[in-house]
Amino acid sequence: MTITSTIAERSAEIVEEFALFDDWFGRYEHLIEQGRDLPEIEDEYKTEDYRIRGCQSQVWMRAEDSADGTVHYKADSDALITRGLVALMIRVLDQQPADAIVSAELDFLDDIGMNEHLSSTRKNGLHAMIKQMKRYALALTN
Amino acid sequence: MMPTLAAPDLKAVRADFPALHQEVYGHPLVYLDNAASGLKPQVVADRVQHYYALEHSNVHRGVHYLSQQATDAYEGARRTIQTFINAASVQEVIYTKGTTDAINLVASSYGRDNVKAGDEVIISYLEHHANIVPWQMLCDATGATLRVIPITDEGELDYDAFQRLLNERTKIVAVNHISNTLGTINPVERIIADAHSMGVPVLLDGAQAIPHLKIDVQALDVDFYCFSGHKMFGPTGIGILYGKQELLDAMPPYQGGGDMIDVVTFEKTTFNELPHKFEAGTPHIAGGIGLGTAADYINEVGHETIAAQEHYLLQYGTERLESIDGLRIIGTARDKTSVLSFVLDGIHPYDAGTILDRLGIAVRTGHHCTQPIMQRYGLPGTIRASMAFYNTASDIDALVDGLGRVKQMLG
Repeated sequence: MTITSTIAERSAEIVEEFALFDDWFGRYEHLIEQGRDLPEIEDEYKTEDYRIRGCQSQVWMRAEDSADGTVHYKADSDALITRGLVALMIRVLDQQPADAIVSAELDFLDDIGMNEHLSSTRKNGLHAMIKQMKRYALALTN
Repeated sequence: MMPTLAAPDLKAVRADFPALHQEVYGHPLVYLDNAASGLKPQVVADRVQHYYALEHSNVHRGVHYLSQQATDAYEGARRTIQTFINAASVQEVIYTKGTTDAINLVASSYGRDNVKAGDEVIISYLEHHANIVPWQMLCDATGATLRVIPITDEGELDYDAFQRLLNERTKIVAVNHISNTLGTINPVERIIADAHSMGVPVLLDGAQAIPHLKIDVQALDVDFYCFSGHKMFGPTGIGILYGKQELLDAMPPYQGGGDMIDVVTFEKTTFNELPHKFEAGTPHIAGGIGLGTAADYINEVGHETIAAQEHYLLQYGTERLESIDGLRIIGTARDKTSVLSFVLDGIHPYDAGTILDRLGIAVRTGHHCTQPIMQRYGLPGTIRASMAFYNTASDIDALVDGLGRVKQMLG
């Protein structure tokens, strides 16, 4: 992954990576690995202000804008599978131009067989997190 | 020794539930989420389908044949429920949308007439949000105070604390019969006797008790008993409020509309008699009829058989789960129904539930609509396996194997 690759390129890379596993077990192990490798967010950000409400697992997220119009995200979760999904979202959206983030189609989760986690019944905070990531980016483009 | 389900009987009972015979992600479904909702026997699905296909018409007002048929079926089911819970009169059996609706009805209607500023309402730490929020809303509206019975580490009510909370300001005690999260069976006979000795009525949230225990509202001497159809293998969107007639008679209507009226003029409306006074609008006719069939079905299997099978599953499940390293059962009351709530060291319940789901095992994870219990134990949530009489020892074995996989992947 290079900084210059686009959202579509990074998404495709993830889809390719997950295609190496032919069952859910391998895909989930890979996802959990991504979760373990995600750097923890500093404790000062694990507060209500940065918390994205999910029913079952919590997500904390912060965003910073750079002078070049890109957005830098940091995020974390208390559940490992959610953390893996958070790690994927950051891989795809971190340091991308704000306008590209706003219009990003994130159907790669579907392609890697993780779409069920976006369902509103899972209540893991991921759906709200994606919305929030886009909202930050939108604020920057305005 | 009560009869447990011998292998051939268990097979016959399982054959009644088509949902049990399907695969999820290539694994046979292991349904351990019965505290959230029970599966439906074929007879219930058939009865509801038959009603919609052939008997449907509006109840209580048609002069024609179909309407009479629908009314007979719907009111017949009410009598079935009356017998099922041994209510003294059919007028004491009010159809509601479910337990939540029934509790809201009492909190609004009984509450409006009987609870004022300075009064107190007693609930417990074990309550489902459905038996917390309506009382909180009543207290906010009236200036009354909500009092909460604490629980012990085992998940039992602190009975001495309850006795201290009960006083001349108490206007109602509202507790669950069985905790949905911990499975604790509360000492409801004693609670009712103690509350009555102070002249205080008792509402029991029976949502979790109705699929497991034989309920006799007259023997309990309970004032209000609420339960849902879908927990007792009946349709969703239908439930029952049982109330003692003298209390229901004195209560104002909850909602206005058709069916609940006697005479309407723009100056004044007089209200229909019980039970219709509390049943505004066209009701959930199919739901009521299906609920009656579900009650018949439970009677056919037999409460003793159900209790024995679930007792066996609880014992076997407790033993097997306790043998897993790093697993802690939350809720170890002496008197418990077939609910196993637990946590795994260092593993988030959501993660565990996700992996179990992939293995075809349906459990519930999270706070189970009882956030105060989670706060009491300092947990983000638990994993909850809840069994019904159609579950088997091999369902428990599948859960234990699944938890092994969970630990291997996430530990």
